Amino acid sequence: MGIEILGLPMMYYIAMVAKVLVAFVFVLLTVAYATYAERKIIGHMQVRLGPMRTGWHGLLQPIADGVKLFFKEEIIPSQASTFAYLLAPLVALIPAFITFAVIPFGGVIEVAGYKIPLQIASYFDTAAGRVFDINVGVLYILAMSSLGVYGIVLAGWASNSKYSLLGGLRASAQMISYELSAGLAIVSVFMLSGTLSLNEIVAQQSAYNGFNWFAFKQPLAAIMFFICSLAEINRTPFDLPEAETELVSGFCTEYSSMKYAMFFMAEYANMVTVCALTTTLFLGGWNGPMAIAIPLLGPVYFVAKVYFLMFVCMWIRATLPRYRYDQLMHLGWKVLLPLSLLNIVATGIIGYFIN
Amino acid sequence: MLGAYLPILLLVIVAVLFGLVSIVLSSLIGQKKPSPVKLAPYESGCTPVGTARERFSIKFYLIAMLFILFDIEAVFLYPWAILYKKLGVFGLVEMGTFIVILFVGYIYVWKKGALEWE
Repeated sequence: MGIEILGLPMMYYIAMVAKVLVAFVFVLLTVAYATYAERKIIGHMQVRLGPMRTGWHGLLQPIADGVKLFFKEEIIPSQASTFAYLLAPLVALIPAFITFAVIPFGGVIEVAGYKIPLQIASYFDTAAGRVFDINVGVLYILAMSSLGVYGIVLAGWASNSKYSLLGGLRASAQMISYELSAGLAIVSVFMLSGTLSLNEIVAQQSAYNGFNWFAFKQPLAAIMFFICSLAEINRTPFDLPEAETELVSGFCTEYSSMKYAMFFMAEYANMVTVCALTTTLFLGGWNGPMAIAIPLLGPVYFVAKVYFLMFVCMWIRATLPRYRYDQLMHLGWKVLLPLSLLNIVATGIIGYFIN
Repeated sequence: MLGAYLPILLLVIVAVLFGLVSIVLSSLIGQKKPSPVKLAPYESGCTPVGTARERFSIKFYLIAMLFILFDIEAVFLYPWAILYKKLGVFGLVEMGTFIVILFVGYIYVWKKGALEWE
């Protein structure tokens, strides 16, 4: 196989760089155009047109916004803790953009005789004849998405502004509360799958008719996980950290220019990741008709499912009003938490009788 | 095993570079006209009163402590869930007992009013 570095063939490194760059750019473009899609969709749902001026039907709007934000004045408030203030957007952005590394977005494709699994953190072992990925993929995602809390609470504290502090505190309390229910909701999926490797979880849902999807076996878990994820990424109806009527802009009130944009990008990248994870765990991942026979169809199905879920997120934003904070805590701690525990117990007992 | 983890390292490097470059670039090309009023913390146009580094509600601490308790429970549940099919009825009863004990604690916390938010 030619030159080897660290026991891995040269093709592995080429495939790795290609996969990382393509996926990163793809997520970045999705994030940029999700902002456009959101404005456009919500606009039409409210009988407005949304952005129309830049390009055909406003298609260049995200680019114009990006360029504008680059040229904006950088403001570091005089009372802020400068280092933490500058660090916070990075701490929010980086976990958001590395979480999707373990999500499989397609089957195995063959390029120049070398088999490449369409999942960033994985490789095809020719000797063993199968794909190896991280066997704790779900734990990796949970760990990385928890890191995002630090960025937000750091931003709220470092800005040294009352709105920011309250927004940061609210966000952290909300995110950890719902992270708990989200983590417990998906336990029932692992009881059925018996693995934490996302590649195998997708493989177990690979029936043509789609009835092997975990969404059909665990409907309650699927709905709870999606609700908790919406709360964890601070989307409407759980967008209290940024409730503009009370807190101006929440934890990013004092941020400007690209640093503000990074919080924005982190939020949308988290939305992409959450939708991708829901797709992978509950909606069969990249599976679909003919997806195994024609490997290039896999990513198409995957992206279609993810975009559909993102559309649902925007739809919810256009439909529902915002929760009050005590209602939010009530829902998280008194409804979703016991419900997810009961779901685990029920799955355990029913599963025992089926086996 | 290394083959599965190396791409994550590369992705982290790409993400860090992306973040650093956008911060540095925007601070280099953006205009800068600071003034004392502009650099003051935003308080809806009023002159800022006091500092933001005040004490805040104990409820946030309570939520954080409860989170740690229940998160540890989740950590215990994960390995059990993976082996659930192999452990059979023994594992089911064991974990059932564990969840019941935790549920009693949960009801205690609820009755004590730690989950109320007024």
